[in-house]
This record gives sequence, C-alpha cells and structure tokens, in this order.
Amino acid sequence: MLRAENLAVRRAGRTVLAGIDLELRGGEVLGVLGPNGAGKSTLLGALCGDLPAASGQVWLDQQPLTAWPGQQRAQRLAVLLQSSSLDFAFSVEAVVGMGRLPHATGLSIDAQIVEQALQAADAQHLSGRNYLALSGGERQRVHLARVLAQLWPGGAGQTLLLDEPTSMLDPLHQHSTLQALRDFAGRGAAVLVIVHDLNLAARYCDRLLLLVNGRPQVLGSPDEVLQPDNLKLVFGLDVLVQRHPERDHPLIVIR
Amino acid sequence: MNPRVTARALLFGLSGLLLLALWLSLALGPVSLPLLDSVRALLRLLGVPLAAPEQAVLIIGQIRLPRSLLGLTVGAVLALTGVAMQGLFRNPLADPGLIGVSSGAALGAALAIVGGTLLGGLPAVVAPYLLSGSAFAGGLLVTALVYRLGRRNGQTSVATMLLAGIALTALAGAAIGLLTYLADDATLRTLTFWNLGSLNGASYARLWPLLLVTVVVALWLPRRARALNALLLGESEARHLGFAVERLKAELIFCTALGVGAAVAAAGMIGFVGLLVPHLVRLLVGPDHRLLLPASALAGGALLLFADLLARLLLAPAELPLGIVTALLGAPVFLYLLLRGRA
Repeated sequence: MLRAENLAVRRAGRTVLAGIDLELRGGEVLGVLGPNGAGKSTLLGALCGDLPAASGQVWLDQQPLTAWPGQQRAQRLAVLLQSSSLDFAFSVEAVVGMGRLPHATGLSIDAQIVEQALQAADAQHLSGRNYLALSGGERQRVHLARVLAQLWPGGAGQTLLLDEPTSMLDPLHQHSTLQALRDFAGRGAAVLVIVHDLNLAARYCDRLLLLVNGRPQVLGSPDEVLQPDNLKLVFGLDVLVQRHPERDHPLIVIR
Repeated sequence: MNPRVTARALLFGLSGLLLLALWLSLALGPVSLPLLDSVRALLRLLGVPLAAPEQAVLIIGQIRLPRSLLGLTVGAVLALTGVAMQGLFRNPLADPGLIGVSSGAALGAALAIVGGTLLGGLPAVVAPYLLSGSAFAGGLLVTALVYRLGRRNGQTSVATMLLAGIALTALAGAAIGLLTYLADDATLRTLTFWNLGSLNGASYARLWPLLLVTVVVALWLPRRARALNALLLGESEARHLGFAVERLKAELIFCTALGVGAAVAAAGMIGFVGLLVPHLVRLLVGPDHRLLLPASALAGGALLLFADLLARLLLAPAELPLGIVTALLGAPVFLYLLLRGRA
C-alpha cells in the first residue's frame, strides 16, 4: 500500500503542497477533490515519484518508493496521468498491452488480460482499431484499460493512481469508469482518483480528500466531507446536500 | 493473418531487397560486370574455389565490395539512429541531426579540411584519417554539449535539448561559413563535395571503424525496443511501467552520436535517410520497435545502395554526390507523406 508522511513539494521556490499525511487502504477508493490549482495533480505526482518531495517521504509497502527497482515498483503501482502524448499508430491492443511490459507472463496470458482490461474499461469494441483514429474519450478509456492491465486482476498490495480519468467522458462512461475502479478496488487494491464531479465522488468513493492551496482541508467519508460549509469554503459554491432517493449517498444540488 | 507470420515475411522480403541491392551494386558501374560473374567473384573473394574473371575479382574486391559494404552500413546505421531519435523525441519527424551530431561532424571535417590547407597541406597518408577522426570527434563533442545543456537536476529535458541542438547547429553553421570564407578554391571544392556526401572514397580502412560502431548500435538498440515502445507513451508513463528513463535517454543519445558521427566521418553528410527510412518502414510494419528497428536497418541499407547506384549510373562515367540523390529521392517522398497525412 502507498503511504505519504508529512509530504511537501516546492516549485520555483514556492511550497505548492504541504502537510500531506495519507494512507491508501486496500479495497478502498479515495477521491481527491479541490478547485483548479489546489494541488491535486501535484499530490498525485508526488505520490508516484514524478515530483521530488521537498520534505517527507512516500512509502510503498515497507520500503521508500524511491528504493524500489523500477520493474517491481511497476508491478505494484500504476499511474494514469491526465493525458498521454502518444502520437504513433499503435493498435488499441498494443497500447493496452504496454501495461504488461513490467511482467513476464507470456503472450497468451497477456492477450487474455488485455481483453479483460478492455472489457473492464468498456472499450472492448475498440479492439483492433488504430489508436490515432480514436476520439479523446475513447483514448482515455484505452489508457484506463492499460493501467488496469498493468495491475490485473488487482489485489492486496497494489495501488492505482488516476488523474481525472473521466475528464473527457460522456455521462454514461463517467459512471462506468468509476464503477470499474470500484470493482477493481473490490478485489483488494487501493485506488486514488482525482475527480471534479461532486456527485460522482459521493457515489463511488469510500473516502474523500478536499485540497485547498496545496493543503488538506478535510479527509473523511463522503458524508463528512460533502458538507455545505466545506464546499462553500473550498469551491465558493452555495449548495444543498440531500440524500439520493434510492442509494442514500449525499446528493449535491447547486443553489 | 497472424501478425508474427507477416512480420517474419516482411523481414525476409526486406533482406531479399537488401541482397538484390548489394548484388546490383557489385555488378553495375562504369565497368558493367555480368551478374553471374559478380557473384562468382564475390564467392571467390570469400574463399570459395570458383573460376571467375580476374578483372571481376579485382574490381569487386578492391573497389565495389568496400564501397557497397560502406553504403549498406551507412544506410543501416543512419536508419537505426533515426528510429532512436524519433523514439526519444516521440515524434515521427525527428532526425538524427536534431541533437547536433551532424553539424558537429561537419564542423570537425571543415576544420580538418581548411586547417590542413592553412598549415600548408597534410601528408596524403594521414589526411583522410585526420578528416574522419576530426568529423567523428566534432559530432561527439557537439552532442555531448547538447546533452549537457539539456540536463538540469539530474533530468534531461528533451525539449531543451532540441532547442540547444538548433542553436548549436546554427553556431556550427556560422563557424563552417567562416572556414569556407577563409578557404581557397581547391579547398572549397573539397569542402563542398564532402558536405554533399559520397561513397567515392570507400576503402576497407574506412569501413572497419564504421562497421564496428554499427554492429554495437545494431545489437544495443533492439535490446531497448520495449523501453522505446513505452517511451512513446511519454516519459512519466515509461517510468511508471518500470523503465529507467534517464538512462534510456542517455543510451539513445550515445548510440546516435556514435553511429551518425561514424557515418558522417566515413561518407560525409547524407541527408534524409535517418528521417525517411524509419518513417516509411513505420507505414509498413507499424510503430512497434521490436520490428521497426531491424526492418529499418535492412531498408536503410537497401535504400542507400540503390541511391548510390543512381549516383554512379545517372551521369556515368561522372558521379553525382550521394547526398544529392538521397535528397532528390527523399524530399518529394517526404512531402507526399506529409500532404497525404494531412488529408
């Protein structure tokens, strides 16, 4: 599991992230919320080692993240960044198959996993297509399948970090993506996902972290975090918090 | 169709093409040899006891074999390093010259050519070696500088390297211009011809160092094929797939500096091969480096041999500089690809 201890990041002499104490738990989806520029992507970058920590430490299992050999780290930790710069005409399966590069499971097992991961990302119908011919949302789902394939089937000890995996998706696929992450976490892995849609977060996340100015504001269950005064303070939004009539999670209505 | 079967068929096809190019390149020239004689002569040179005309054995052994092997090697190494650079820059339009190695080598050569004349002419025995050595060293030095400029806090910024490469290329161009200005007419001619590239001065002495470098590059890059595939996703993505990205970048740059430096040192500036061959081959086999690298090496070798055949035959008995032929062939094909891609 991934754990951050008093993590801080400085950029160009400015502290852009500080005071992060966070433990991701197996089987749990943790949502990160916050206004633009709050440091959500910085947090993700620091957690996965893309950004050096100015202070504090990130632990993967019992070892500092930086001490892991690349391949073994990649078998435990997968990261989906906001957008990929891939500009080469790979087939969809080849892109998803890159998730299997850290493994030596062999062609036939890899092909099965690629198919299952595509199915989980609701992208199996894209199989055989040229990646460059896909729309932005379709590409996003292919990359989701790639990181799922990297940890497939997912279990205790594995961590998946995702930066706005729903940013280009239609409403149906926003839900199917979050549901896929739920199912993935259900098999024992820890999932951290940056989302913007409060109701999506309320429905699918076990815990939520609200970030403001690079500092954690609240960390807790959706019921604890999605309070009108919290949302007013963080987003400047006047909201009503009601209950979902069928599922009983908080439902945020903008006033 | 099974993609692995197609891949194998493709590599076989390209090998066949390369052998055909080699055969024609041995047989054709100012003195045209019967096709069979050229094969017999080659086999006899390889130690097979066969009857072959003495003249054919002499021409092939002394002139055409070193030239053809040099062309094959130059084409293969330029294509391989082209693949490496397009992978490094994650851009199918990248060229090995981007990191300054070609312009550095050109500057090194110009220094040797003009400097040699200013010092009152070098002994004919050392002049070619000095020229090649100086070109090779120039390429390595400028590339090292570009790499150094792109590094900050233990990380290499590919974008900074690209810009540093452009700046240093301009600087090297200015220095070459200055040397050109200082040169007398005869030196100027040497300089110009060298810049146009040619296999004319081919000899075994020129071939061996390049062949050694090419073998190293051709063995090393395919070991990084999977890492190169991952790199196309992005540097962070490749790191998250477990690859040591900084090390990979350093290796790619080193291989390119070595390969292009040696190629330019042996045959002068030959443009478009490193850009065009990987591009064309990618259209055939797709972007997977496990196939792209060997296929590009074969295609690069074949293309350069055919281009050299044209250079030798078009105006025979005179000879066109090879760089002119590759540019004449390359530029229109490149434009065609560009416009087709936009449609």
